[in-house]
Amino acid sequence: MATTKKYWKSTAQLDESNEIVKDLEKNEFAAPIPTEEFLGNEEALESSSTSRRDFLKYVGFSTAAASLAACEGPVINSVPYVNQPERIIPGMANYYATTIANGYDFASVVVRTREGRPIKIEGNRDIASRGNANARVHASVLDLYDNNRLKTPLVKTKEATWDELDAAVRKELNANAGKDIVLLTQTFASPSVAQLIQDFKAAYPNVRHVVYDTVGEDAALDAFEAKYFVRGLADYDFKDAECIVGVGADFVGDWQGGGFDTNYAQSRVPENGKMSHHVQFESNMTLSGANSDKRYPVTPTEQKHIIAALYSKIVGGAAPSNLSDKVAKAVEETAQKLRRAGSKGVLLCGIPDQDAQQLTLEINEKLGCTIIDTAAPIMTRQGSRKAVDQLINDMNKGTVGAVFVAGVDPVYSYDDSGAFAEAYKKVPLTVSFASRFDATAQISGYVATTPHYLESWGDVEMKKGQISLMQPTISPLFDTRQMQDSLLKWSGSDEIYRDYLKSFSKENGSNWNQSLQDGFYLANTSTEEQNNSEATAVDNSAALRNLSNAKAAGDFELVLYTKISMGDGTQANNPWLQELPDPITRTTWDNYMTISQKDADRLGIENFNVANGALDGTYAVVKMEGVERKIPALIQPGQAQGTIGIALGYGKTAAIQEEMQTGVNAYPFFKNGRTIQSVTVEAAGEVHEFACTQLQNTMMGRDIIRETDLSTYIAGDQHEFNPMPEVSLNHIETPVTSPDVDLWESFDRSVGHHFNMSIDLNSCTGCGACVIACHAENNVPVVGKSEVRRSRDMHWLRIDRYYSSTDSFEADEAKKDGFSGLFGENGSLGGFGELEIPADEPQVAFQPLMCQHCNHAPCETVCPVAASSHGRQGQNHMIYNRCVGTRYCANNCPYKVRRFNWFLYNGNDEFDYHMNNDLGRMVINPDVTVRSRGVMEKCSLCIQMTQMTILEAKKDGRMIKDGEFATACSNACYNGAITFGDINDKESEIYKKKSQDRAYHLLEEIGTEPNVVYQVKVRNI
Amino acid sequence: MINKKFQINPFKLTITSLVMVFALWSGQSQALDTSDGEPAVPVEVNESEVTESGGNAELGEALFKANCAACHKLYKNAVGPALFQVSEKYSREWLYKWIKNSSALIASGDAQAVAIYNEYDQKNMNAFPQLSNEDIDNILAYTDTSKPVATEIVGPEVAPAVADNSMTNNIVLGALALVLVVLIVVLVAVNSTLKRFAAANGIQTEFEEEDQPARTPIWKAFVRNQFLVLTTAIFLLLVSAYFVYGGLMSVGIDQGYAPVQPIHYSHRIHAGVSKIECKYCHSSARESKHSGIPSLNVCMNCHKSIAEVAESTYNEGLEEYGIDYNKEIQKLYKATGWSEEEQAFTGEEEPVRWVRIHNLPDLAYFNHAQHVTAGNIECQTCHGPVEEMEIMYQYSPLTMGWCINCHRESNVDLKGNGYYEEIHKELSEKRGGRQLTVADLGGLECGKCHY
Repeated sequence: MATTKKYWKSTAQLDESNEIVKDLEKNEFAAPIPTEEFLGNEEALESSSTSRRDFLKYVGFSTAAASLAACEGPVINSVPYVNQPERIIPGMANYYATTIANGYDFASVVVRTREGRPIKIEGNRDIASRGNANARVHASVLDLYDNNRLKTPLVKTKEATWDELDAAVRKELNANAGKDIVLLTQTFASPSVAQLIQDFKAAYPNVRHVVYDTVGEDAALDAFEAKYFVRGLADYDFKDAECIVGVGADFVGDWQGGGFDTNYAQSRVPENGKMSHHVQFESNMTLSGANSDKRYPVTPTEQKHIIAALYSKIVGGAAPSNLSDKVAKAVEETAQKLRRAGSKGVLLCGIPDQDAQQLTLEINEKLGCTIIDTAAPIMTRQGSRKAVDQLINDMNKGTVGAVFVAGVDPVYSYDDSGAFAEAYKKVPLTVSFASRFDATAQISGYVATTPHYLESWGDVEMKKGQISLMQPTISPLFDTRQMQDSLLKWSGSDEIYRDYLKSFSKENGSNWNQSLQDGFYLANTSTEEQNNSEATAVDNSAALRNLSNAKAAGDFELVLYTKISMGDGTQANNPWLQELPDPITRTTWDNYMTISQKDADRLGIENFNVANGALDGTYAVVKMEGVERKIPALIQPGQAQGTIGIALGYGKTAAIQEEMQTGVNAYPFFKNGRTIQSVTVEAAGEVHEFACTQLQNTMMGRDIIRETDLSTYIAGDQHEFNPMPEVSLNHIETPVTSPDVDLWESFDRSVGHHFNMSIDLNSCTGCGACVIACHAENNVPVVGKSEVRRSRDMHWLRIDRYYSSTDSFEADEAKKDGFSGLFGENGSLGGFGELEIPADEPQVAFQPLMCQHCNHAPCETVCPVAASSHGRQGQNHMIYNRCVGTRYCANNCPYKVRRFNWFLYNGNDEFDYHMNNDLGRMVINPDVTVRSRGVMEKCSLCIQMTQMTILEAKKDGRMIKDGEFATACSNACYNGAITFGDINDKESEIYKKKSQDRAYHLLEEIGTEPNVVYQVKVRNI
Repeated sequence: MINKKFQINPFKLTITSLVMVFALWSGQSQALDTSDGEPAVPVEVNESEVTESGGNAELGEALFKANCAACHKLYKNAVGPALFQVSEKYSREWLYKWIKNSSALIASGDAQAVAIYNEYDQKNMNAFPQLSNEDIDNILAYTDTSKPVATEIVGPEVAPAVADNSMTNNIVLGALALVLVVLIVVLVAVNSTLKRFAAANGIQTEFEEEDQPARTPIWKAFVRNQFLVLTTAIFLLLVSAYFVYGGLMSVGIDQGYAPVQPIHYSHRIHAGVSKIECKYCHSSARESKHSGIPSLNVCMNCHKSIAEVAESTYNEGLEEYGIDYNKEIQKLYKATGWSEEEQAFTGEEEPVRWVRIHNLPDLAYFNHAQHVTAGNIECQTCHGPVEEMEIMYQYSPLTMGWCINCHRESNVDLKGNGYYEEIHKELSEKRGGRQLTVADLGGLECGKCHY
């Protein structure tokens, strides 16, 4: 029974005397309308030359002028196609399968286009692996319509034509033919590009290909290569896992390219009394730690010791134990659990250390692990930091005649970017294949402007043997050319890359047209070359020794990580991603240094909330040899003491709109491509303003998250783990859902469709893909940092993150009761200090929250103009053109899900995001109204999508099958947390979910009868 | 009192003269109308003439229109060459073979046939084995008919008469008007001269009845009667409120809006006379929310071979609407880049900027497919008698009240649609077996159209 737990969103809420929190709980709108500011100033009013009469005159005149202007309608032109393409029907969406491969994110996707414009990205559900799109992939459609993209090729930073560029590059290539020609690229994982580079070598024999991953996985790649002779990464399928142990590996997030969360989430749903058990040892609070059953905050050095200890316990060999008792005990338990799970157990390691990675592979092999797949590895990371370092040496030596940079921006992302830039400038011919004028492009001789992936051809082998195809979904918006086409041209071929790819794919086993439609094909396996297995034997005992003897060097250990919103920074100019709250810190538009409460107290670092609930924090200075950065500090519950975390991918300035130049560039700390560094930290005093949404829209301490443990759940007493609230009717306890205690008369919803949505708190990993999908589908505006700080974010769907202390407060209560006297073993003087600090080892729960579409909606009854009304299909309708902006509905909504348009976000220079320029507006979904100022808005359960599904069925004259109804968020949720459908169809998935014993409604006791149902979170403790 | 006779009102005079002129004019136009009833342009001459080779041109014309006209014209190249006097170019026996099965002739290696085949980009002409030699003779007789020249064939008495008539009428009218104007000037002059004489002779011309007591003017009396003032004020206020309200409520309603379009496209001819199904061109109305203005390639499906309208239609356009339909077709060719001479697209396209007539505000969602395909509603229900509209106009007010009203009153045709069947059964049981309206199915819910 976990419902007695205390949940909190911010540590500020734990302080019962915090007046700000109390105020916020009382106010729907954190910031009142500042009438006092301009009406309260008597002097200013008196000195104003505008009298009351003048004011009235102005009002009268402008009203009259406006009404006169309104009398004459504008003449609207319609321009049809001259030749309408066969497959385009105006007003109907077309779907194309393609693939994103930007060097950081790789996924098979389906693109929705309207009249030839891509407007939405969804995952490709047909593909067996890597068909899930994360938040960044969903947002990538907006990058296509980015005004800061390069529009023409550049020669010596001047706009030029392709002919000029080709002539110049060829001339210089031939002049420098004797020296090395280096291709410095992202990981393409593209078999056709590999072949193409071979062809290029035929024309220029000195060609060398250096692969550079911005956020590399060198240690894991080296270890895997040493053991399995392929430069790739092991794949994992957690679906059948029983015991998952993560050591510093955020595999629910972006670890090794991410994409593991889908089948991880499947293993987390208790079915037939079974679910996986997940233990996480980590420093930063990550998505993996947040989703785990047991989380131990440990430093990276301790993590190395843990790997060593696990190795010695499972495989054998002596490892001197230098772990604290608590951690040692945890490791012992974990080793037992792993052994018990056997082949269903798996260990994941995120330490950037080849020894640790090597031992992890050994442990998994010893377990006979079936979760890991080493036969068909993941190919999306192939970079080698050593080769890049070697390249810099060669460039300095002058042996390099030409460098082609593609898909990476080393001047921004290389740790010693100054050294790279210096060396790069020494090369006679430098060509950057870039789609924006990034830091590397700025110092390149030539910029061969490349198109966005939605305008390109390509193929990507994400997992060995499975090749995804990339096809254009729109003609190039600008004068761009793919790198592949340029290479073909420069190697003297007349072929275009599309034809090259087509013939290559056909040879490789593709049935071209069908494969393009599917988005992938399976490669001929016969071409697989077998490496000799007589490679040097790996020395495990040395690795074990190295790990056991690892020691922390500095005063703090810095753990660099990537945020699910920003990734490696490739998409930094994307306002949707900038405004996507981090799932853990709930902070937008920023990166920061996360630090534990105790360390913060020690250093004098503070976080505090100001009157409108916004979070402020003091700065800290992080120092490493040669690097010093001042960065705001955010106190993070669950951060291991002695560690700090900083997100990579921020602080980009080249070709980035000013509003999007956020945060601090942490790449200079990323020495040798290792995410773990030793640093010193000092408080720096000044105050930074965060745009953090964690205290916003609080639920006033009501019981909204329900959790239980697996044993209670298996015992099956629903009163225990999912009690129905009751009220007293004639002194008889009656469930609140009983019609006898209902004030309202219900509509008859038995005929037609009745939509419900189910959200499984067990499957929700907090990944945020649904939030971006909702943004894209429903034309949700971006409001910018200062508005988010004022609690005016417009997200229709938010993912609330709740903390709770591990064992509730019961243990504390028991201990407090046992105090006797002031001193001694049970003395209260020391005892109170020992009382667990709740923020140290919190448990985390995620809860996606959108309009609950109450059948008895409190918002509907208070609207003076009936702008909010109820549909028979269960949706709570919001009629924007009727709304006059009284905001009563938001005040009366117990779930805090209504959003008010304080400004005209699509026509106001203050909000210069995509809705304010013609290019950015191309992403707008034409089926959904773009809301105006002064209008309330909220989730509609994607009524445009359900209506479309119904219409398609009517057109075909057939019934609707289960699974056809979907919303943007349920489509985006590959983890199965969000299910949507028609509960009048008794065979449907949603009906089963609604009738499940874990199902509950939020705030059931107030009788709103929501149409969104949640599933109790079960922890396998 | 006699003096009063001298007062001739010049204003009255002008009016009278104008009325006279108008009466004359309208009589004239009536005369024009009657002349219109006669066939202004006889289309055919020598209708049943039998040519020397023995073919019947009348029968030939029917056969030509049924079999050949899709690709051939008499005096102009179309898909195939112009056929006027084709019988003089080739031998009759060869023509029989060619028409009955041209490809066989080409295959047989006939030099002439192969030459033609190559000249026309190796495109085969359809075979017409069903035509007898006699039929072909008839067709050839028709193709030998020389082009009727308008000035030659027009009945010599009728057309010039029309032209002369209108000319003389105008001259007569002009002369009459001139005479009347002169008359007015003379009368005014006489009047003023007489007045001057009178003044000089001391004759009083203005009379005032001063001996009667002063009477209160009517407006003063009115002002003093407060009741009357109040009633009038209320009446005026109500009237003005009525008009102001009516005026305001019509803001944004463009019923009857019929803008001038860049190409004069006649729905009357296409949907009315030619009876082309609406959804042949507006095909997306079946599938999509937009009915879609047809893309120009849809127009070219037919207009590749229809470069000119029939002469009767042409004249009707000129006379009734002042539109040269052939020029409008040329506009279409210009927009699509179609070259009539080469019978090919040049690639120089100029999309047409039509003026949109039905402008539903963005806040309302309307789906054509829902109404056309799912609802089986005729286009005319909302768009009015399009087949009679020479110029397209907005027939319905497109207000929310109009939508709602229809949703309340329209019964839904649920039969034969697999989607509705079950819902229909359950719902009509609940509604006591009565027919279901759109409203019963949730068609009045706000969120169905506003999101």
